[in-house]
Amino acid sequence: MANAKNDNANTKLVKKLFLITVGMFGFGFAMVPMYDVICDITGLNGKTSGRYTAELEQSAEQLEERQITVQFLAQNNEGMSWAFRANDPQVKVKPGEVKVVSYQAKNVKDYAMTGQAIPSVAPNEAAQYLKKIECFCFAEQDLAPGEEVEMALRFFVDKDIPKHITKLTLSYSLFDITKEQNAAESVAVR
Amino acid sequence: MLPKAKLWLGLVVAALTMLSTNLQAAWDLNMTQGVTQISRETYDIHMTILWWCVAIGVVVFGVMLWSIINHRKSKGAVSATFHESVKVEIVWTVIPFIILILMAIPATDVLTKAYDTTESELDIKITGYQWRWEYTYLRQNADDEEVSFYSIMSTSREEISNELPKEEHYLLDVDKPLVIPVNKKVRFLITSNDVIHAWWVPDFAVKKDAIPGFINESWTIVEEPGVYRGQCAELCGIDHGFMPIVVHALEQDEYDAWYAEQQENARMTREMANTVVTMSESLEQGEEVYNRTCAGCHQVNGQGLPPTFPALADNAVVTGDLLENIDVLINGRPGTPMAAFGRQLTPVELAAVTTYIRNSFGNTTGDLVQPAEVNSIIQAAQ
Amino acid sequence: MSAAHDDHHHGPAKGLRRWLFTTNHKDIGTLYLWFSFAMFLLGGSFAMVIRAELFQPGLQLVDPNFFNQMTTMHGLVMVFGAVMPAFVGLANWMLPMMIGAPDMALPRMNNWSFWILPFAFAMLASTLLMESGAPNFGWTFYAPLSTTYAPDSVTFFIFAVHIMGASSIMGSINIIATILNLRAPGMTLMKMPLFVWTWLITAYLLIAVMPVLAGVVTMMLFDIHFGTSFFNAAGGGDPVLFQHVFWFFGHPEVYIMILPAFGVVSAIIPTFARKRLFGYDSMVYATASIAFLSFIVWAHHMFTVGMPIAGELFFMYATMLIAVPTGVKVFNWVATMFRGSMTFETPMLFAIAFVVLFTMGGFTGLMLAVTPADFQYHDTYFVVAHFHYVLVPGAVFSIMAACYYWLPKWTGYMYDERLGKLHFWLSFIGVNILFFPQHFLGLAGMPRRIPDYALQFADFNWISSIGGFLFGASQLILLVVVIKCIKGGKKATAQVWEGAQGLEWTVDSPAPYHTFTTPPDPKLIHDQ
Repeated sequence: MANAKNDNANTKLVKKLFLITVGMFGFGFAMVPMYDVICDITGLNGKTSGRYTAELEQSAEQLEERQITVQFLAQNNEGMSWAFRANDPQVKVKPGEVKVVSYQAKNVKDYAMTGQAIPSVAPNEAAQYLKKIECFCFAEQDLAPGEEVEMALRFFVDKDIPKHITKLTLSYSLFDITKEQNAAESVAVR
Repeated sequence: MLPKAKLWLGLVVAALTMLSTNLQAAWDLNMTQGVTQISRETYDIHMTILWWCVAIGVVVFGVMLWSIINHRKSKGAVSATFHESVKVEIVWTVIPFIILILMAIPATDVLTKAYDTTESELDIKITGYQWRWEYTYLRQNADDEEVSFYSIMSTSREEISNELPKEEHYLLDVDKPLVIPVNKKVRFLITSNDVIHAWWVPDFAVKKDAIPGFINESWTIVEEPGVYRGQCAELCGIDHGFMPIVVHALEQDEYDAWYAEQQENARMTREMANTVVTMSESLEQGEEVYNRTCAGCHQVNGQGLPPTFPALADNAVVTGDLLENIDVLINGRPGTPMAAFGRQLTPVELAAVTTYIRNSFGNTTGDLVQPAEVNSIIQAAQ
Repeated sequence: MSAAHDDHHHGPAKGLRRWLFTTNHKDIGTLYLWFSFAMFLLGGSFAMVIRAELFQPGLQLVDPNFFNQMTTMHGLVMVFGAVMPAFVGLANWMLPMMIGAPDMALPRMNNWSFWILPFAFAMLASTLLMESGAPNFGWTFYAPLSTTYAPDSVTFFIFAVHIMGASSIMGSINIIATILNLRAPGMTLMKMPLFVWTWLITAYLLIAVMPVLAGVVTMMLFDIHFGTSFFNAAGGGDPVLFQHVFWFFGHPEVYIMILPAFGVVSAIIPTFARKRLFGYDSMVYATASIAFLSFIVWAHHMFTVGMPIAGELFFMYATMLIAVPTGVKVFNWVATMFRGSMTFETPMLFAIAFVVLFTMGGFTGLMLAVTPADFQYHDTYFVVAHFHYVLVPGAVFSIMAACYYWLPKWTGYMYDERLGKLHFWLSFIGVNILFFPQHFLGLAGMPRRIPDYALQFADFNWISSIGGFLFGASQLILLVVVIKCIKGGKKATAQVWEGAQGLEWTVDSPAPYHTFTTPPDPKLIHDQ
């Protein structure tokens, strides 16, 4: 057994195995965008897609008769103190029909805060059929101390929504994303 | 009998006695059959697979035991030389495969049913918190009062620390259970305020993770009125073991009465905030609220568990500015485990507990806080 | 390679330097095994704290936070400190001797991959002394409990996991290189002992998934310290993503801990049945299919997170499929014993117990695979019972079997058979008293990872704790047996066991410091 030959073979093999290792480390990170894509296609985690931008043709005759109940929920995540609620607990819509509902938010703190609403739909399967034309969740919300806003949500339910879905729930969780230094400043001001 | 044997016998008898002291019904040994169609079908699947496994186990271990007994060298067994057989390998690949298909068919069926959340008649949002549950009944109309409340373990800290005897439903009792009607399809919308929890009631065969920022759903139709208990099933921090679930299933008319009462209560809570309390009333109620709500972290004696849970005794905030103290109670301390209690406790309770902590554990501020004061701070914030 | 070649006429260096700078596969194997035993006792003592607290309802000994630290540290230390290094130690000692190689392919890296381990575990254990306390979020460290809500010590935990991962990856590269490049002439792949085969496949699994674990803890590190939002919904992330990435590592990890055990048992049973292993080829294929399937079943750990039904069904079917190759293995072992000429020395007793109790863990695994039933089992003591059955009387028993089996080869003396059998029987009885009642607890509804429980769970917890103390105490017998065996005893022959086959039994006992510096006679290499 020639050692030189062996060392050579070892070097080559180790290089290959090291590449697999690096590749798999990269694969771990690649799972993040892969997961997002899969969620987008299948509605895996109930995340809704972004702004609906396509042209929407809408005529009364084309609307189906079936009605879908859309429920609206609002909750604060831990550490968020805004008064946040849905103004309409639920609405009934026909597939393809554009509706506008509103949410209410008030910053009850005596310093400016930034909030981010994260939407989620149950059943998850329905997420891909809920199209939002305008939503407060597309942007961060900056509220001055004591400021109150009414935030609009303009949406429709896609006509392709499966027949067995007659009710869906859209829930917004509001997160406090006020930057650390903002909080520090406001404490100093107090 | 030899003294040694007597000793062993004694030990065995003692062990058996200890076993039988509170040996419960079959429920303790096996999965519950529960009170819903899904839970019964789940139980059936569980038993089917269990018996398949037992059958396979008997055959495999039987052959093994038989070989161990008969094919041992001490009995003069001479080893055979066979060491492979494609035919046999195929047989014991194919047979398990067929058994698996037989198992998968009913499993697929039950799963499909369990996933069908359509056509629900009542929707309830369940939110997990460290370490309590919040139940919110979804409204039909914007004018309805919203029925929403926290459900917190009511087992006392003294029971847990073995200072008091344990009640029958030790760790499985809450101050305010979830109430649902029987024979109605109830849909649960499950989410979380902080970390991942899981809402589990074995009798319904419902277990679903509560994930912050996301909403999950599940459903049940309870067939018998009764009290059903469960626990959080996902590690969610220190008091993971202390956030039980209790569900009261009521007949429809009883449920309707309960729900009307809740609506009425919600209306009253806003008005109630104007009562005036005395020091002794406040201290008494404050102690009760403290031991139920605060003692888990800050301890009954107010010494806390530093550094995570600071002592309240001689605490700068508790002995300092009153308004700041009330603010911390209402809004919590973001970035620390101190939660916001503004919506979890009524103004009366908040006032009482503030009075209590400011006049206990050696703290002597002498402050008496009125519900109205607390209420005005809450109102000002809104 | 060349270093080992240069000094192959010399014995080991003296004193501490021998162990610090050694590149000898036998020395490094010994280091790994002792380290693993120390971690086994450390992780075991954490388990004793858990069982003592659960002995009775109510909180007696520790507060819930410390209890959570104990469950977390117990899991981490046992998985990464006890089981995995033990198998690497066995691989170091035995692989070169089994394939007729003079040493491992990369001896200097071998030294490194061992010596970074004590640092990783010192770092992990030091968190127990920190103000914030040790990690308390479970060994599965689900976000956001392990990120936004974690104690400060989480950073030390992350670095410790990085180092453990690096150690495992280096060890695996070394093992693959050794097996692929250093086999003696005539040792074809299909003539390799199954322990070599299972380790080859395990090593590939390790380099495929340890980097993913490194990736997921790196993402945590970024979320905690650099403001990213991989797992935070507020920034567009998803806590469930953490579970997907973690279990993509975690499920193959389970097989990493059991495949080498299959190899050990496949070596021991034929020896003491004095009969060739039944279905060698199918054993190799079964191992490979288990390894392959392990990559497509991860989400069966997440049936309750709310996946769509198509996902649930896919992962249910794929998971049930694993029962097929696993069943083939069990049937092959039984067929090997069938019409053999068996004797029941300690290694054989542990191996038989492995087959029975591992299979029981396999049965509960099959039950857990069935999604609707899993809704009831998930995160209860039923799961705890399941994975302890496959890991303790499974993986750990196989390690003990391996130690008894090869101890005479390592030390040159026979171990004390009476003590060995005592160790076996106490462990066997203890482990069943410890874990069997936990099935009942889980079915009756006791969640896992709780420091205190409702009264109807009291009886079985009491019994389980008694079993735990018995099992824990019995392990000290192993220490006595090993020390006695190192000090002396009946001289062992080269063959050691009457039915033993394979190259490792052709060298003297104890195995000389350097073996197979010239390749073995190809005639010594037999079909498996």
